[in-house]
Amino acid sequence: KDPVQSFRIYHVVPQLYTHVHRRACSSLSTPRITTHYTIHPRDKDPRWQDIEMERFADEADVVIVGGGPAGLSAAIRLKQLANQHQKELRVCLVEKASQLGAHTLSGACLEPSALTELFPDWKERGAPLNTPVTDDVFSIFTEKHRIPVPILPGLPMRNHGNYIVRLGNLVRWLGEQAEELGVELYPGYAASEVLFHEDRSVKGIATNDVGIAKDGSPKDVFERGMELHAKVTLFGEGCHGHLAKQLYKQFNLRENCEPQTYAIGLKELWVIDEKKWRPGRAEHSVGWPLDRHTYGGSFLYHLNEGEPMVALGFVVGLDYSNPYLSPFKEFQRWKHHPFVESTLEGGQRIAYGARALNEGGFQSIPKLTFPGGLLIGCSPGFMNVPKIKGTHTAMKSGILAAEALFPKVTAENLDSETAGLHVPEYSDNLKTSSVWKELRSVRNIRPSFHNPLGLYGGMVYTGIFYWILRGKEPWTLKHCGIDANQLKPAKDCTPIEYPKPDGKISFDLLSSVALSGTNHEGDQPPHLTLKDDSVPVARNLAIYDGPEQRFCPAGVYEYVPVETGDGMRLQINAQNCVHCKTCDIKDPSQNINWVVPEGGGGPAYNGM
Amino acid sequence: MSGRVLVGVKRVIDYAVKIRVKPDHTGVVTDGVKHSMNPFCEIAVEEAVKLKEKKLIKEVVAVSCGPQQSQETIRTALAMGADRGIHVEVSGKDYDSLGPLQVSKILAALAKKEEAQLIILGKQAIDDDCNQTGQMTAALLDWPQGTFASEVSLEAEKIKVVREIDGGLETIKINTPAVLTADLRLNTPRYATLPNIMKAKKKKIANVKPADLGVDLTSRLEVLRVDEPPQREAGVKVETVEDLVAKLKDTGKI
Repeated sequence: KDPVQSFRIYHVVPQLYTHVHRRACSSLSTPRITTHYTIHPRDKDPRWQDIEMERFADEADVVIVGGGPAGLSAAIRLKQLANQHQKELRVCLVEKASQLGAHTLSGACLEPSALTELFPDWKERGAPLNTPVTDDVFSIFTEKHRIPVPILPGLPMRNHGNYIVRLGNLVRWLGEQAEELGVELYPGYAASEVLFHEDRSVKGIATNDVGIAKDGSPKDVFERGMELHAKVTLFGEGCHGHLAKQLYKQFNLRENCEPQTYAIGLKELWVIDEKKWRPGRAEHSVGWPLDRHTYGGSFLYHLNEGEPMVALGFVVGLDYSNPYLSPFKEFQRWKHHPFVESTLEGGQRIAYGARALNEGGFQSIPKLTFPGGLLIGCSPGFMNVPKIKGTHTAMKSGILAAEALFPKVTAENLDSETAGLHVPEYSDNLKTSSVWKELRSVRNIRPSFHNPLGLYGGMVYTGIFYWILRGKEPWTLKHCGIDANQLKPAKDCTPIEYPKPDGKISFDLLSSVALSGTNHEGDQPPHLTLKDDSVPVARNLAIYDGPEQRFCPAGVYEYVPVETGDGMRLQINAQNCVHCKTCDIKDPSQNINWVVPEGGGGPAYNGM
Repeated sequence: MSGRVLVGVKRVIDYAVKIRVKPDHTGVVTDGVKHSMNPFCEIAVEEAVKLKEKKLIKEVVAVSCGPQQSQETIRTALAMGADRGIHVEVSGKDYDSLGPLQVSKILAALAKKEEAQLIILGKQAIDDDCNQTGQMTAALLDWPQGTFASEVSLEAEKIKVVREIDGGLETIKINTPAVLTADLRLNTPRYATLPNIMKAKKKKIANVKPADLGVDLTSRLEVLRVDEPPQREAGVKVETVEDLVAKLKDTGKI
């Protein structure tokens, strides 16, 4: 290469480019935060002028994005059908975590219905369902006391017949079953782009590029991702998937449903004093420390897997209005309630993590099919909110998707209108399935919370309309709009005085994040991208006092003083990210767009 | 020099994961914990593949000793450019007590069997930090060793190695066949991209038992107990020099 030319490109032109680009942003004094190519396209970037951007492509029959319960159930069912009908079927599954289960986080009390459908002999096969629920305890907490609430048969939070599981371990086991059946599993590779045919139907996905430096320029080790083409692509990215976000716009899938609403769930695993261990006990609470207008509650499950281990956590509805609320600190202070602290005393915390979860339920289910693709699992969202269970419905949706698309994808002479197959049968079958009935019956419980009595009104509503009438009331209550619009300006709210962590029961944020095992290649563009770099200080900090500093459970967002002069700037510690998606959901300016980082990065959860 | 290079790759707990000591204090919890290829082994593989790309050697063989999951580590090496793999099956109690002495015996036996002309290893593993396997292997084979290599160049029938030592950099020239161990600055390992992972599925991994190589796995070491490092005590601030002297006298330091 001509050295003079190279000098010009790498030293002079980028400065011009940055200068021009800064002008295009709102403020000249805003330091550049976002360098990702989804915000600053590479075809206009001189640093990428001579880089080979051609991608290697491969063909499969079905590509599945996401190796969680839904994706794996779909993959397994497809291969079971293929073996049953003696047909060849290439099923490829890509997963952004380095190993299956590393990004899985859930309570969890599993209803084994869908698992039994997939593997009637799951027990003999060694599925890690080791803890049947023996005891259901529900409380309303006040600061020092608890009011017990009887869990009568018929109430949604009754767990008779369910199992307390470490979902990450179940996902790992499902992965082993899938591999045995011949599914091609590719953990460590994230689907970063949806590919389209000429007729705009989905053609497949492309995995992430690797070797891009933090400033957005190509490194020596730069390599393009690869393209996986398929007749049908299943999108099972879990709650608030980033590709699903694009698909909703592309195919207008949300025009006839309510926007999705969410909660954030934070979880820890503790090894406790054997004397306090009650294997099979499932405890839930509502009330303190949340006020009656902030939706949320806790869970504490005693596992029975050899060690005296408990899984506990706290859920906060993301429609909260006080920007000073910190879900992490609510979780930490909840653990000091006498009823909880007595269980944890003398124990040791061994894991921490967080993930957003769906709360929209029935009203928020979008259109599920489009030419070339389907949405499965928590991505469109089939969580039964009052039960706080979504795994069995996610798995069932995966199974239904597989059963609907199998005949089409293996048909000898299929007449398809579009290059990518459209499988509306999946949606039709889902609507007549148990999933639909279940979600319909509990559809009004979460929205019933929006009344002057808040939590108590919601409980009364549940008692009357669900317990007695099983959700058969003819009306459907609405949600209040998207969570991001629910924050009140900081000046209208009171800061919350949170107690300092004591280092034994409650802990600080950074030592918690360390326990998640999260890590990312440092030298890559931050994957928390901002559409406009000046908005955080101009709007989020100015009006809402920077709520992202508080709702991020991993300390990714920090407002720090600028190096020279007055003012603050937003610092994004992308390496801390635990892929919970809360920021993309709750940012009041909807300026944050979470995209997938280099595959393999993120938390290293073990049986969460 | 053309010929075969043996590269050792070890499956270790990922460096970013927080370790937990097992309740019975016999070791650390490994079940379900995220593992990856030892970072120094990645550098070793990269160096071997670079030599092959320069046509200085003909074949790169990746070797790993461990349980079934070690095959994933070998596959990553294959995806980075190794030609074939050898999985030496060691599991259960044998794997718990597997250390540099046994691994170097295995590597020496394989080097003879495969007629290797070069063995490249990482300088140490990040789980035990032993920094012994390369040196022991060279001794067993009576081969020269170029350890802590930050630069390697093949010249005729010799190898020039720049070594990172305490005083700075030492350059040595050694005969082949030889053992090299890779240090951090030797190279930047390439990514194992998905198309290469798919191609790697077609590359062969041979299964070998240590007994087939005539290696006795008995350990000369017995681990008595594993504990977490002691919690850092809080520091104490004193206001005056007199206070400091008094405190030092109190705690018996002076």
